[in-house]
Amino acid sequence: MVISKAIRDQIEAENANYPRARGGLLAALHRVQREYGAITPEHATALAPIFDMTAVEVLAVVSFYDMLSSQPAGRHQVRVCTNLSCSLAGAREFLREIENHLGITRGETSADGRITLGHEACLGACANAPMMRVDDRYYEDLDTESARQVLDALD
Amino acid sequence: MQKAPHVTDYLTRHCADDEYGCLRGFEAQGGYRAAHTALREMTPQKILDEVRQAGLQGRGGAGFCAGLKWSFMPAPEQQPSYLVCNADESEPGSFKDRLLLERAPHQLLEGILLAARAIGAQKSFIYIRGEYAEAARVMQRAVDEAHAKGYLGDDVMGSGFSHDVVVVRGAGSYICGEETALLESLEGKRGHPRVKPPFPAQRGAFDRPSTVNNVETLCHVPHIIGRGAAWFRSTGTEKSPGTTLFGVSGHVVRPGLFELPLGTPLDEIIFEHAGGVADGRKVKGVIPGGLSMPILPAGELDVAMANEFLQEKGSALGTGGIIVMDDRTCMVRTACVISEFYRAESCGQCGPCREGTAWINDIVTRVERGTGTAEDLELLVDICDGMEGQTICAFADAAAWPVRALLKHFYADFERHVREGVCSFSGSFQL
Ligand SMILES: Cc1cc2nc3c(=O)[nH]c(=O)nc-3n(C[C@H](O)[C@H](O)[C@H](O)COP(=O)(O)O)c2cc1C
Repeated sequence: MVISKAIRDQIEAENANYPRARGGLLAALHRVQREYGAITPEHATALAPIFDMTAVEVLAVVSFYDMLSSQPAGRHQVRVCTNLSCSLAGAREFLREIENHLGITRGETSADGRITLGHEACLGACANAPMMRVDDRYYEDLDTESARQVLDALD
Repeated sequence: MQKAPHVTDYLTRHCADDEYGCLRGFEAQGGYRAAHTALREMTPQKILDEVRQAGLQGRGGAGFCAGLKWSFMPAPEQQPSYLVCNADESEPGSFKDRLLLERAPHQLLEGILLAARAIGAQKSFIYIRGEYAEAARVMQRAVDEAHAKGYLGDDVMGSGFSHDVVVVRGAGSYICGEETALLESLEGKRGHPRVKPPFPAQRGAFDRPSTVNNVETLCHVPHIIGRGAAWFRSTGTEKSPGTTLFGVSGHVVRPGLFELPLGTPLDEIIFEHAGGVADGRKVKGVIPGGLSMPILPAGELDVAMANEFLQEKGSALGTGGIIVMDDRTCMVRTACVISEFYRAESCGQCGPCREGTAWINDIVTRVERGTGTAEDLELLVDICDGMEGQTICAFADAAAWPVRALLKHFYADFERHVREGVCSFSGSFQL
């Protein structure tokens, strides 16, 4: 099965929180992506009947949200905030140094499949720039050295 | 975790205390006392009236009177109806709701209980932006604790009132902070804002009557109910009572959060509380309320931070996110950063917004690079004219205002780029 019974059960339990099952769609998409690395057309096809949707409708939701992807990416998502407050604190130079360190530019995945790098539009850490999000964790008040240590420690 | 504020008042007094995040620690500081009393002894109408008399303004950006908004909800017999807590906080320069979610989750739950009681909602959804994974974890833990203690679920605190809270995670989209886009997202759809009317109180989440309130707005409610409208009105201004959480970022010595009365002068916040501009430099401009709010030049910082005063200066309080720029800052680059954001985040539903945000970004980018012309600068104003008020939601206005204000107050920076063909602001931040 493209989506395991266990994951499917979790999705259905979550859906019960909403007056209509589709309210649980974002939670289901987060879950599938965490488990399988992406929400591929095959996953969308498997999810669609649970939500009384078509597979394309599911993918149309996926494509709207920055955190969801229909294509597998690196094992870790690294996002540097480059909005105004962070830019004023040097976040754009910081991002370039991260790019040099990893040997990739924003939007790319490292050759070993470890890291996908991107920049992001304000993560609500404006007083602690530069900062980056690694998967579900924030790292704040960074400099190039401390950021390198965080990145090098990722598996 | 978000760092505790430099200056605290009733909302954030205990935020530095880790125990405050759990139910026992919260109750040790008097938490849930207002709910205990109000759910048993006050009618829903009485709760609503108290909040209305307090004059609590929404803290999500638009500043709408909370009690008035609640009064638009139909009679409680019309079930189900919902309370939706807007925890999407994605206005750049804003980071206050993250603090309240991560460090005072039960304060929010108490506010939710009281608001839900006032409007007669049996279920609430807390819609938290996807990137705030930590906040979602903390909130879910608090909801579970409250359930176990009988503070959520059936017959809350023995009052006969039943209430459930669902923690929902967004998935990365600025527009989902706009209340009707949020409702679409909550229903598992693309976050496209809805045409109003119908307003959420008529038809909101899952086609049912709903009230959408910001995190901070709801966090003020237990304090109002506990201590009364008159107490609440004793801080802040006549029209804008209470404190708020100002977030200061950019070129200041002490960036961070400051809980201060509404109406605190902007220059006092910057120079006294946030320690002034770093490296002994001078201020060039300040965005007073999150990226969407028009910038104020250095000469206009003697303004009280409340909508009635900021509006006289052509700006607004927004989310209270104050972004300070020093005298090295290139305002054309600032325009590039701002317009890049709106271009990326426009949902694309309305033509003027989709095309306008991209066009503005193209133009300011070429001006920054030195290939822009004097006509380009006029064109920018025309594009703003074509966006403001021309779309389903206020995103297009939010994208046009900052550009218009930058041109108004810092036209010389743009002209200098056009004339010199390069950015000659040495020491400005890099793109
Ligand atoms: C583009 C846009 C983005 C918004 N983002 C947020 C947000 O992140 N959080 C929020 O509380 N309100 C946001 N708002 C305001 C909401 O639409 C709504 O006014 C608010 O949630 C109502 O709550 P309040 O009355 O308690 O302030 C946004 C509005 C617009 C137009």
